[in-house]
Amino acid sequence: MKKRYLTQKVGFSLLVIAALVVVLPILLVIGIIVARGIGAIDWTYLTTMPLEGMKEGGIFPAILGTLLLTLGTAVAAIPVGVGGAIYLSEYARDTVLTRAIRLAIINLAGIPSVVYGLFGLGLFVLFLNFGTSILAGSLTLAIMTMPIIISSAEEALRAVPTEFRTVSASLGGSRWQGIRHIVLPQALPGIITGVILGLLRAAGETAPILFTVAAFYLPRLPRSIFDQTMALPYHLYVISTQVPGMPVQMQYGTALVLLIFVLSLNIFASVIRSYYRRKREW
Amino acid sequence: MPKTKINIKNISYFYGEKQALNNVTLDVPEKEITVFFGPAGGGKTTILRLINRLNDLVEGTKLEGKIYVDGRDIYSPETNVPDLRRQVGMVFALPLPLPGTVRENVLYGPMLAHINGRAQEDEILYRSLSQAALWDEVKDRLDDPASELSGGQQQRLCIARSLALEPDVLLLDEPTSGLDPISTAKVEESLFALKEEYTIIIVPHSIQQAGRVADRAAFFLMGELIEYKPGKELFTNPQQEKTEDYITGRFG
Repeated sequence: MKKRYLTQKVGFSLLVIAALVVVLPILLVIGIIVARGIGAIDWTYLTTMPLEGMKEGGIFPAILGTLLLTLGTAVAAIPVGVGGAIYLSEYARDTVLTRAIRLAIINLAGIPSVVYGLFGLGLFVLFLNFGTSILAGSLTLAIMTMPIIISSAEEALRAVPTEFRTVSASLGGSRWQGIRHIVLPQALPGIITGVILGLLRAAGETAPILFTVAAFYLPRLPRSIFDQTMALPYHLYVISTQVPGMPVQMQYGTALVLLIFVLSLNIFASVIRSYYRRKREW
Repeated sequence: MPKTKINIKNISYFYGEKQALNNVTLDVPEKEITVFFGPAGGGKTTILRLINRLNDLVEGTKLEGKIYVDGRDIYSPETNVPDLRRQVGMVFALPLPLPGTVRENVLYGPMLAHINGRAQEDEILYRSLSQAALWDEVKDRLDDPASELSGGQQQRLCIARSLALEPDVLLLDEPTSGLDPISTAKVEESLFALKEEYTIIIVPHSIQQAGRVADRAAFFLMGELIEYKPGKELFTNPQQEKTEDYITGRFG
């Protein structure tokens, strides 16, 4: 009896340790970045151009660039991704073609991001002649994001009970009317969550924008979608490795801004999800 | 016998390899209650879902034979399927209100058919909820979530939802299977009132219910129509041995 109690104690302790091992590095990363970067952040840092070869001044062009790229990714990826998910979940029959499409989506999600970068360079920058531009970068990020959006949106759509579609059809609804009035509203929270998670990944990536949009040092704002821009992840890479004598605080400051951007999107996604889950009626 | 509303002619139906209906032929008269009964797996639900083409949603099926509503072949390519489903309403075994309020549930069908305008909507709400014997209970709760109604109220709401489209035919698939006796009595009561205006086909959830409501009754067994005649005759004096065995409880 006593021995069994002891075994249980040990078992629980191991589980607690395992949980801590997962959480601890995340807390450490956040803690260190906040501690070292918070001093760099002030109004000037957030709203002005970099000066003196980025060693002074702010990171405003990088912040704006990341916002623009995320927005561009959203504009390109959401309609196509959600549309594709609706097709796969609601219209497509189970054929060799749709199975191939699903397989492709799963595999696309596993491709290293630098490959997307090279693909974007080849297709958008060179072949379609967009140049290194916000347009090329957004489209590259959109292609990388789409598999995430499609698979999570499809899952959300499939989670809506079939019976709702049947009821809608029995009341004279076309398939599209059932989707528009019943299925989509019910799946929306799941879709939004998937979209945000996809955009999060896009916002934090360096490799796909490396060859397609990112400027090493461009102390002015982009003039159009065919212009280059700085972006937070790439800027961070540059000031951490390419600029000798860079003040450490400014490096961590950039990391902190990126972290806050990504975390707030993440929290936004969680809030939406829990809000709608409480409202759900089935 | 009154005018025929639905002719079912030599229907056979397959889910993949499995045959669900075998050469079923019967005529459903107008403005009466016709009961399809028999043990599970007999094809009752399938035949209901063929009459408003809901089984179109199921993949890998095959239909032989013809079904006519008002003399029109409903499986001909000219048939407008949403219109057919507006004409032939359906109530399911489990009450499943759509997400939203009582009002939204009743007005869902009319909304899809682009019937709107405040006065018309109020008229539809009052008429269909009254016909389903629900108006008095929900008239002050029209904007409450439909999911907050009791099970019996939800099922009558589902009936009202179908009636909102003013169908000619109402198909009910074990509409009282999840309900207590009092709610069941209320639903049956509303059925008697409805047959003045509607052709009703019901799959009952018990033989007792079949006996209570049937003007005409059809006994299905393993996808075959065994016997079909006026309810009183069939339940008191069945001609087929299988029918008698089932009614007297020897199997099922």
